Amino acid sequence: MLCQKCHERQANVHVNKIVGGKMSATHLCEQCAKENGDFLTQFAAGNPFDFNHLLSGLLNMESSPGVSPPGVVAPAQCSTCGMTYGQFTKIGRFGCPDCYDHFAVRLDPLLRRIQSSTTHTGKVPAKSGERVKQRKTLEQFRREMQEAIASEQFERAAELRDKIRELETQLSE
Amino acid sequence: MSLSDFLQRATSRWMKDGGPEDDIILTSRIRIARNLQGLPFPILQTDTHADEVIRAVQEAVAAEAVAKVGKFEFIRCASLSPLDRQVFVEKHLISPDLAEAEKHGAIALRDDEAISIMVNEEDHLRIQCIMPGLRLEDAWHLASAVDDALEQSLLYAFHEKFGYLTACPTNVGTGIRASVMMHLPGLVLSGNIQRMLTAVSHVGLAVRGMYGEGTESNGSLFQVSNQVTLGETEEEIIGNLSSVVHQLIDHERAARKALLQENREALEDRVCRSFGILAYARRMDSRETLQRLSDVRLGIDLGILKGVSSGILKELMVMTQPAFLQKYFHEELAPGERDIRRAMLVRERLRLDDTEVR
Repeated sequence: MLCQKCHERQANVHVNKIVGGKMSATHLCEQCAKENGDFLTQFAAGNPFDFNHLLSGLLNMESSPGVSPPGVVAPAQCSTCGMTYGQFTKIGRFGCPDCYDHFAVRLDPLLRRIQSSTTHTGKVPAKSGERVKQRKTLEQFRREMQEAIASEQFERAAELRDKIRELETQLSE
Repeated sequence: MSLSDFLQRATSRWMKDGGPEDDIILTSRIRIARNLQGLPFPILQTDTHADEVIRAVQEAVAAEAVAKVGKFEFIRCASLSPLDRQVFVEKHLISPDLAEAEKHGAIALRDDEAISIMVNEEDHLRIQCIMPGLRLEDAWHLASAVDDALEQSLLYAFHEKFGYLTACPTNVGTGIRASVMMHLPGLVLSGNIQRMLTAVSHVGLAVRGMYGEGTESNGSLFQVSNQVTLGETEEEIIGNLSSVVHQLIDHERAARKALLQENREALEDRVCRSFGILAYARRMDSRETLQRLSDVRLGIDLGILKGVSSGILKELMVMTQPAFLQKYFHEELAPGERDIRRAMLVRERLRLDDTEVR
């Protein structure tokens, strides 16, 4: 569609006005719209439609009363980098990798809204991925050891304890 | 230096070479976001943190594993002039945000400029691979190979559940942004573009102008990319984008065919008029230049113009940007002066070809 004013450039500013119940539509190019001026001012100031605002809008929606999951108390601050959840909702960016764990309880509803799921299924890095696997095994061994102790299988528990120590040293390297 | 020499030296591979479906797809781009374990994201970075990241990446890039993927040059943003940084932005090698990160930013650039690694942008690392035509899978494999090579020296922040951790939760998981730059004049001229783009946004893809987030589309150029980064594999994400892009290509081809059949005269008039203006005008703003180049490129694709190289749109859409112009003419140019020089550059470039208007 061509601009209704200069009839040269593509119209990419579309203004619908409703005056006294009658709607009128104007289609202008950016330049002519700028010259026309008056109705554009509301968009120009601070551009409230940018991405950060949209995201923090979503975040605030989640923290508004009645929407957050009942009984869940999320930590207000990441103990590693000091970023507060309030700051996060304003800027839409986390402060450090640990924020994901600190704010994990509040993250699922947000991720469900902006992503297709809450669990990664793609590429796993060789080295850091290996550590993730080791941590998982470590947790598994710890659980098994508790079970072994509870059922008085002390030999098995000692075996597991050694394995746990070995993994712990590997992970702390 | 002659214009053809300048073109040879100053352009990236993606600007010169062709690729699959390159009558419609200008470039395919893959960008993956990575962060280092144990360091705050750039938003909370102190100078010491930033240096630590830069040093770690510089060492990783210099390691043998990365050398196997190509020859990289490591450049700190601070060592580049604002004009040179802007040229990198115009060539799509770095983002506007990184160009502004004068103090903390750095770039590792492969010699053919197909791969760039941005350091301390929104994330510690953004590995980008850009290729001409529709080559998303190739671009992904290359970017992933660089990622693997870097990971041999770097410890990434990776979460068992959330995947690769990123500063913004819209990138978490795979950290991947796959995008194609499409030239869709047929859909624009036939008035179908809005309908198409709305449909595209309904299937979870984003459409943007040519310089990414927040830029408007111009010259019938559109950037289509994935939105979702978590919960789908990289291959699924690329596959979804590809299949939508293929459909857009089919629609664009159909629209061009219909225009040629039903509005041949009007189309030829538009194309030749734009060619005439590019070949003779003495002042051109960047917006009009892009629009005329888009018309000419359509004319080349439809056989209306002969002898003009089809790479002209890609080449000149970058070359006529403000920083590139000033680089070429070796001087600072006020906006009005730029319009004059831009027209000059375009005329000169068109004279390199042996054009024949049918």
